[in-house]
Amino acid sequence: MSIFVDENTKVIVQGLTGGQGRFHGVRNRDYGTKVVGGVSPNKAGTDVEGIPVFASVNEAVKETGATASFVVVPPAGASAAILEAAEAGIEFIVCITEGIPAHDEAKTFNILKRDFPATRLLGPNCPGIISPGKCNIGITSGDIALPGGPVGIVSRSGTLTYQALHELSQQGIGQTTCVGIGGDPVPGTNFIDCLEAFEADPETKAVMMIGEIGGSEEERAADYIKTHMTKPVVSYVAGVTAPPGRKMGHAGAIISGSQGTAQAKMEALEAAGVSVALNPTEAGDKMVAIVRSLGL
Amino acid sequence: MDLFEYQGKQYFARFGIPVSPGGEAETVDEAVAVADKIGYPVVVKAQVKVGGRGKAGGIKLAENADEVRLHAGNILGMDIKGHVVHRLWIELSSDIAKEYYASFTLDRPNKVYLGMLSAEGGVEIEEVAATNPDAIVKLSIDPTVGLDLATAKQWVADAKLDAEAQEQAAELLVKLFDCYVQGDCDLAEINPLILTTDGVVRALDAKVTLDANAEYRHPEWEVWAGTDTEDPREAMAKEKGLNYIGLEGSVGIIANGAGLAMSTLDVVNQVGGSAANFLDIGGGANADVMTAALEVINADPSVKSIFVNIFGGITRVDEVAKGVIEALKRVNISSPIVLRLDGTNAVEGRALLADHLNDRLIAEPTMLDAARTAVALAANSGGAQ
Repeated sequence: MSIFVDENTKVIVQGLTGGQGRFHGVRNRDYGTKVVGGVSPNKAGTDVEGIPVFASVNEAVKETGATASFVVVPPAGASAAILEAAEAGIEFIVCITEGIPAHDEAKTFNILKRDFPATRLLGPNCPGIISPGKCNIGITSGDIALPGGPVGIVSRSGTLTYQALHELSQQGIGQTTCVGIGGDPVPGTNFIDCLEAFEADPETKAVMMIGEIGGSEEERAADYIKTHMTKPVVSYVAGVTAPPGRKMGHAGAIISGSQGTAQAKMEALEAAGVSVALNPTEAGDKMVAIVRSLGL
Repeated sequence: MDLFEYQGKQYFARFGIPVSPGGEAETVDEAVAVADKIGYPVVVKAQVKVGGRGKAGGIKLAENADEVRLHAGNILGMDIKGHVVHRLWIELSSDIAKEYYASFTLDRPNKVYLGMLSAEGGVEIEEVAATNPDAIVKLSIDPTVGLDLATAKQWVADAKLDAEAQEQAAELLVKLFDCYVQGDCDLAEINPLILTTDGVVRALDAKVTLDANAEYRHPEWEVWAGTDTEDPREAMAKEKGLNYIGLEGSVGIIANGAGLAMSTLDVVNQVGGSAANFLDIGGGANADVMTAALEVINADPSVKSIFVNIFGGITRVDEVAKGVIEALKRVNISSPIVLRLDGTNAVEGRALLADHLNDRLIAEPTMLDAARTAVALAANSGGAQ
């Protein structure tokens, strides 16, 4: 099994006719993902390497029965694209767009929550999701992932998501699903959403969680792991040697009561029983040892 | 992008938030001219993006032109926690009756806006937060709803601001919220927000952080560009549009993605080296970006080796490889380069580079191997460990 997507997920690409949309949309299709259409108001009726292009998400959904959307449009149009997908009944939206203003993200997230509670947004500014051998929505290179499980991966950082996949695949350990949640201020899907789904997924036997400095999401995830997770978790938090941020004002410190350092996050995770690694390679090694000890 | 106090106050003024009359000055003569224009007494304030200015002697009261001359002369050029003062803000002195605290920022865990208001403002607000958290009244604001005057009036009453300040403070908070949202701020903070002895509420300080992602819809921000960079390496990087932070070590770092760049720093550190910088070339790196990145790093005399760590996703490794080859034609790089390339089109990328490899351009299969090689090269050429 996998989380959020599987081999039956039908995907449309909003922005398929743009440079990035074409490159990654076609790659996702070539990986085996059911990419059933694209949306581009000015190029409706054409196709991109055999993928039909529709004028609107609504039309694309009616014609193809798509349930997921891959949003690859520039920052100024991304929020509208996400909401258009939700209004058309899409239940899973992956937005890779980098550079969306934080206020737009905050409004979009809260509109989704209020008006489309059944819709899950992954991202923005994330690498997407891959369930190896079944479905790849986003910009992850499919050949670094290995089908068959038993590990679920969730990561805040794009490139470190690939690094995590690579560390496991190289040692012959497959993944059920790998989710890149992105590092923007208002992620549609967070660590806890993914941990909850992995805990519920019978084929996922262990979880690798890749965090980074800033915010308090790792600390919150640690609380969740402590109280809700039975499966082993290995974690790496990037930024142990990062220079201290030049924070202005007091509001951030008042809210979190901490500085969001890698050290504080690692301590919180360790206290929750997580196996904490100092670099991505060590995280891979620790996970391999856990999988072997489970007899898998 | 963090604003200086004077810039923050200029921004506040656009949204109708009351601030004291004042002006900026870069020389002693300018400071006196500003003070003469607005009238005495004035406060001479160092413009640095760091807290604790007052305690460091960077804020002084001046009763007349001679005192402005004295204080401006002392403060200009002063080093406050590593920040050299190049600019002053001269403003009319306020007779303060009360100091409050007000801010708007994002409540990241709950994904809503968070307003914070306290009747106990001033320099020790974090102390108040730790010892008497009830003195800070937090207001969760739904981004799809916003803040209206009625809610703001209730809020100032809940925070027990003085009765005579409440009406003005509520109106000011609505304007500050507009500044936060319409103005695309990550943070809009006033500490202290003052009530003067003659009953006026206004912002005595301004801490504003702008959301760089929203720059495209704020042409008015352009005037503040280039006013704050101290490190010449960072100035050069900024000019080239790179996400760069200068550090103290000897291994120059180029990576794609902030997470991988941070992780690269971690790994270099773990194998006994130290990074000269943080540099994230982001997604879609091409020859121009790679050339710019190598130019910036090459200009740093403390760099003894360069570690290029790329895991392609949206960035295609063959493009990165072409970028490295092209950059080597354009720039005479003085340090050896160690490459680690994986991900999208990695096979094509490695093939492109195969003919160019030598003892100045080395490819390694893993991140740890590449870190060890880069650190060893830096050590051999006398770089700091």
